Amino acid sequence: MANPSAVCNGHLHHHHHQKQNNLLKSGVCKKNGITKGMKKNGVSNGTLYKKTFIEHFEQAPMYVAVLTFVGFGVGTIFGYLRDFMRAWGLEKRNIAEEREQQKDFVPLYQDFENFYTRNLYMRIRDNWNRPICSVPGPQFDLMERVTDDYNWTFRFTGRTIKNVINMGSYNYLGFAETEPTALKTVTKELQKYGTGICSTRQEMGTLDKHVELEKLVAKFLGVDDAMVFGMGFATNSMNIPALVGKGCLILSDELNHTSLVLGARLSGATIRIFKHNNMQSLEKLLRDAIIYGQPRSRRAWRKIIILVEGIYSMEGSIVRLPEIVSLKKKYKAYLYLDEAHSIGAVGATGRGVVEYFGMSPDDVDVLMGTFTKSFGAAGGYIAGKKDLVDFLRTHSHSAVYATSMCPPVAEQIIRAMKCLMGLDGTTQGLQRVRQLGKNTRYFRRRLHEMGFIIYGNDDSPVVPLLLYMPGKIGAFARRMLEKNIGVVVVGFPATPITESRARFCVSAAHTREMLDTVLNALDELGDFLQLKYSRYSKSSHPELYEETRFELED
Amino acid sequence: MSAAAGVGQQWVLVEMVQAFYEAPAYHLILEGILILWIIRLIFSKTYKLQERSDLTPKEKEELIEEWQPEPLVPPVPKDHPALNYNVVSGPPTHKITVNGKECINFASFNFLGLLDNEKVKSAAQASLKKYGVGTCGPRGFYGTFDVHLELEDRLAKFMRTEEAIIYSYGFATIASAIPAYSKRGDIVFVDEAACFAIQKGLQASRSNIKLFKHNDMADLERLLKEQEIEDQKNPRKARVTRRFIVVEGLYMNTGDVCPLPELIKLKYKYKVRIFLEESLSFGVLGEHGRGITEHFGINIDDIDLISANMENSLASIGGFCCGRSFIIDHQRLSGQGYCFSASLPPLLAAAAIEALNIMEDNPDIFQTLRAKCEHMHKALQGISGLKVVGESFSPALHLQLEDSSGSRENDVKLLKRVVDYCMNSGIALTQARYLEKEEKCLPSPSIRVVITVEQTEQELDKAASLIKEAAQSVLN
Repeated sequence: MANPSAVCNGHLHHHHHQKQNNLLKSGVCKKNGITKGMKKNGVSNGTLYKKTFIEHFEQAPMYVAVLTFVGFGVGTIFGYLRDFMRAWGLEKRNIAEEREQQKDFVPLYQDFENFYTRNLYMRIRDNWNRPICSVPGPQFDLMERVTDDYNWTFRFTGRTIKNVINMGSYNYLGFAETEPTALKTVTKELQKYGTGICSTRQEMGTLDKHVELEKLVAKFLGVDDAMVFGMGFATNSMNIPALVGKGCLILSDELNHTSLVLGARLSGATIRIFKHNNMQSLEKLLRDAIIYGQPRSRRAWRKIIILVEGIYSMEGSIVRLPEIVSLKKKYKAYLYLDEAHSIGAVGATGRGVVEYFGMSPDDVDVLMGTFTKSFGAAGGYIAGKKDLVDFLRTHSHSAVYATSMCPPVAEQIIRAMKCLMGLDGTTQGLQRVRQLGKNTRYFRRRLHEMGFIIYGNDDSPVVPLLLYMPGKIGAFARRMLEKNIGVVVVGFPATPITESRARFCVSAAHTREMLDTVLNALDELGDFLQLKYSRYSKSSHPELYEETRFELED
Repeated sequence: MSAAAGVGQQWVLVEMVQAFYEAPAYHLILEGILILWIIRLIFSKTYKLQERSDLTPKEKEELIEEWQPEPLVPPVPKDHPALNYNVVSGPPTHKITVNGKECINFASFNFLGLLDNEKVKSAAQASLKKYGVGTCGPRGFYGTFDVHLELEDRLAKFMRTEEAIIYSYGFATIASAIPAYSKRGDIVFVDEAACFAIQKGLQASRSNIKLFKHNDMADLERLLKEQEIEDQKNPRKARVTRRFIVVEGLYMNTGDVCPLPELIKLKYKYKVRIFLEESLSFGVLGEHGRGITEHFGINIDDIDLISANMENSLASIGGFCCGRSFIIDHQRLSGQGYCFSASLPPLLAAAAIEALNIMEDNPDIFQTLRAKCEHMHKALQGISGLKVVGESFSPALHLQLEDSSGSRENDVKLLKRVVDYCMNSGIALTQARYLEKEEKCLPSPSIRVVITVEQTEQELDKAASLIKEAAQSVLN
């Protein structure tokens, strides 16, 4: 028993090792290792965490990685073969062609740029962009579509696939709903305001509705002030450039969302990347930055800002906020926290990772979040000190050049937020947060027990289940749809090439029956597709295998 | 055999030791010195390094202790002109309540008056009832609704192109579309008056950017020729360097149109693709509101990509790109604002569809708008101290100071007084706002005058005479 495990352990990636060591060093405990971990490391900074912080990133056996590469290899070889056949006219070219008049222009796309799309993505394209025709609640209706040319084009049959269990939408608190009583105020505001604004915040596009929403958001988060924007993506990409610029340093987590990366790039600041949620990596960058200053000019940095997310949408991990806050205080850096997935979804009353770790909102300099997910609306906010928000009101790209938020959307956020805060006179909001937590832990525990490798924090409603092999991506998603379950699958380039995965988003609106249906389907499919790669979870005595695990890591 | 070799080796060793004993002392000393010298040469560095600059841990700690960052944001003065927004109570329709005062709206880009349209509202209501508000996901992950597909289809049909793609934010449309095609090393020729969204798209693309003077085709051709000469020097590189011209149909910052027919000629002459931003011209220009291509009677297929937002004429939210499938489809995997953002709330898509219906059913609306624009353009002429900037048929005009006071800050203050004067008398206007430090070519300060079909002739005249009055009292 010990021997094969030891061998497998030898395949851990270096950074993974570090991560695990790091976990232990900082006094954070893994599942069931609680007492042990605390005793060992509680002295150093165990006090940072008020509750246990459990995160898994189990490594798959070596053969899985090998087979994954073989899978990609085979796909690539066939890709070349078919490209060759297309070039010689042996296979029909389905791809759209350049206009005759512009054939002598410089080609818009290089052939190799689209190789992956043309030859690998095209084979399993039917698993994305599936159109839905109902509210994206716990169950939705899908439009049935078929293809006559191997996914190059789709044809709708006109039928709908009814009541598919929705494990894909970010409807964490179940506010994506059509219940008329719930939407009463939204309906009213839509009637009053219409949909458009036709102006920017700074010109003629600040409505009383926006003022109301901003006050509420600030109150909800417990900060001085807040500003809201019409699109979550743009909240990052259009505000980071206002906050930092040339001569500033951005320290960004390697798995940050594209919008943060884009915002950082547009700012003109220097960007350095630290390893995902790795505090040693971050601290080293911070120290070096302050000690050595800017490259070439050797001037001191004007300011240093750390960009992190609350919950990482592809890993399901939760940011190690207490450690980051203590680092940022020690090194006088600023912290920009993107709570896109975490606001509403974690914390005892849904106030995000700040509450989850029992910290004060003042510990974070810039609190950013979106309304797309938990609030079932659209847009984003930035909240914090009055100075910060005043500055953004005058300097945010979004405030000056982009149309402001649509009023009925603002009302949806207001009603969801009021519900969460209990201002609607019920405890419904709180119940939703609790239900989400319960559903999350149940779903994760069961998957773990079944022997799947799942990533992330035990409290994170984003649940990635590792599929690894490219061939299994399509098979998994199609089989699940046959069982009337809608899942999201992701592969390269959204994930590392060997770590294709399925991602579930648990919702408070999922009933236990729905989750059980999904779990049973997964259990069956997991055997069929041989997805149960985990080497730790099959024992019925969790304590025992966790013990082994600790020894292996030491 | 091996024994013999062993014996031989031994013999050599003995001989060496013997030679060592027999050698004279000076020889040994000399050789010893030489060996030491060689060792020194081996271990010494060939050049002299600067003094070692390794910091001791203590010094490091001191440096860390010493460093003081700038504040996250500088304090904003309380009287900053952009800090205190106008607050609109109720909908920003034709009749608008700004800061508690009832006015006629000359500030919102609600050109066709669809913001308050009952049909649009009831379409949005129906959609709300069926789909709720948010989509809770990006297009790829169950964020594609049947209404999105319908809207894309309708937009493509309306514009008479093969395909259209929608974004959930107007600004993000062109800002995502440009970097989807133009990459590092590619060349973009862009009008210097291009709006901020284009500027950001270009920045994100990291391409080589060449600005030409606003609407100056000779200047553009000069740049294209320069590039042609450059290409002849390095034909291999030229074969893979994509080139684009990015222009606006109706310029947001200047209110005039681009000389599209000349641009098309240059396009084919120099083999450059044209991207056209039509946020102001879509739903405004042309007999059917198809924009600048219809205005000039140009085959829409000659334009490689058209981008526009749905936040002006259509009075919804979001934006779209349209063109041939060969081009547009690429954005479905490469448009960052498309792939990585939640999709457009269905009720907004439904509103846009209904707005398109209205546009298709009432093509005279564009004629009406044009007549009103021309009326206003005429009425605003001859105001002492203010000049009208923009085409006579542009629904968004600029009023700039005839003589600048010399400082931008003062100009802005003067214009603000004109705006306030009008606002007090029931005409809602606004200055065109810019981020002064961020703009590539900062336009002169101006008051924006927006004309919509809902404004009656009397209202237009009233506004014009009020502006005249205000200019007189403030500027003279």
